[in-house]
Amino acid sequence: MQKHLNKKHSLAVRWLHWINFPLLTMMIWSGLLIYWANQAYGIRIFGIELFKFFPQWFYDALSIPFRLAEGIQLHFFFMWLFAVNGVIYVIYVAISGEWRAMLPVPGSFKRALLVTFHDMRIVKKLPPQGKYNDAQRIAYTSVILMGACSLVTGLAIYKPLQLAWLTTLLGGYEWARWLHFWLTILFVLFFLVHIIQVIMAGWNNFRSIITGYEIIDAAETVPMKSTALDEGAKI
Amino acid sequence: MKPERDEVLVEKVREPEKIKLKKEALEGENQANTAKILNEKTHLSEPISSEIARKQMSQRSRRNFLIGGVTALTGVLGWRWMGDETKQALLRRTFAFNEKISQIFYRPSRLSPEFPLTSVSPRRVNGFAGMSEEFDPANWSLSVGGLANRTDDLIVSLDDIKALPKTEMTTELKCVEGWSIIVNWAGVRFSDFAAAYSPKTLDGSLPDVFSRPEQLVPYVSMTTPNEEYYVGWDMPSMLHPQTLLAYEMNGEPLLPEHGAPLRLASPTKYGIKLIKRIGRIEFTSERPKDYWAEQGYDWYSGH
Repeated sequence: MQKHLNKKHSLAVRWLHWINFPLLTMMIWSGLLIYWANQAYGIRIFGIELFKFFPQWFYDALSIPFRLAEGIQLHFFFMWLFAVNGVIYVIYVAISGEWRAMLPVPGSFKRALLVTFHDMRIVKKLPPQGKYNDAQRIAYTSVILMGACSLVTGLAIYKPLQLAWLTTLLGGYEWARWLHFWLTILFVLFFLVHIIQVIMAGWNNFRSIITGYEIIDAAETVPMKSTALDEGAKI
Repeated sequence: MKPERDEVLVEKVREPEKIKLKKEALEGENQANTAKILNEKTHLSEPISSEIARKQMSQRSRRNFLIGGVTALTGVLGWRWMGDETKQALLRRTFAFNEKISQIFYRPSRLSPEFPLTSVSPRRVNGFAGMSEEFDPANWSLSVGGLANRTDDLIVSLDDIKALPKTEMTTELKCVEGWSIIVNWAGVRFSDFAAAYSPKTLDGSLPDVFSRPEQLVPYVSMTTPNEEYYVGWDMPSMLHPQTLLAYEMNGEPLLPEHGAPLRLASPTKYGIKLIKRIGRIEFTSERPKDYWAEQGYDWYSGH
């Protein structure tokens, strides 16, 4: 069968994606070292604590206790790299036009549900998709917004006096911390789903975020000369 | 491409409203995929045999996995190879860099929010450093060094301090550990204190705390009477209108565990900087040592 090599991920996106991985890891790790000093959050329903962030065995297993100063040092070093990498990514995606494949479009939420049902083996048919399916569009756009929110809530905690307007906008110092914490939990959940999906999608897909290319069947490709439809889509 | 598909495409183009077309194309059954409809760029090679595709991909894989692997390894080994000392130096330099950025954006006119008295939190004691020994507040006095008009320390009594204008504020006290409480403080603005007991200036000119603060020596050092706890502050944060030499807390004279008879209170820095039971204040051009900065915390810790 005839094949195409499809250039899926640009060089810039591959580097920025992989550089972000250790940076976000260090932000979360140093965040844990800091959080240990004041373990304020848990999941409570009707005043009953179902889960405490985090159980003692978790801290002990990772030897987190009594490393607050180290955590602060790392957090306020890696924050620069994390922020700069993220800003470069957003600028690149905006200028290169790659955002077109990433932002949700009309109907994305509906089709994202169908994708989710498909992945959960509830329905068989996949809705039409481009480079990313609609669940991916929503997930990837959300995770960028989460990154931005983490920076903003982090700033509000870091400079609650000089940026008092921002801290107040977020509901005050305590709420800014609460948001900052839950954004981190969301990052971890995103990461878990991301890993599961990458494993399910298989080697050809994973290889494309390293090499940039994937192999696709020639028969599967879109009609190349349907320019009439292209014209319609340009607006 | 099948002919009936073509027909469908042409039909859609005839639709007068192009936005409607896009929406229908996305929701319809017969279109190819959203990538094409949304004009996503695709970069396809010419059709090739699966044998060639496989060969080209393994070539690309070899090269890119090698580059990625070497980069990752360099990163990990580099971070490991950096000794603790080098790492410490790097992270401390980052604190200094962050401090510089903070000072560029610092405006003394910006204030921390104040709260109604009803929202004052229960008291919380978190540290006794420098207050381990027996201490009689009645025999206390404050030594002040680095003054404009003299070389030796001036001894100041609590009554001298209370004679200065009294300021009250209800602000958030933020601990470096992550918790915060709302406290009502009363005392003397440090800027009022510095106006009464003027610090020396960098060029020896007459000090003017309010109109030429940049001429003053840039640091303030504060220690407990036994010198076991000590903090260093930058002058702009000390002169911030919400930095007080406090002698009352939540409407009562300071309790011993909260730093009686005189302590620092300010929402401009973390609690580790708010020294209790101050014994000596010195205006200085040398960056003063700081108890918690020596333990690896940020010397500046400015909000």
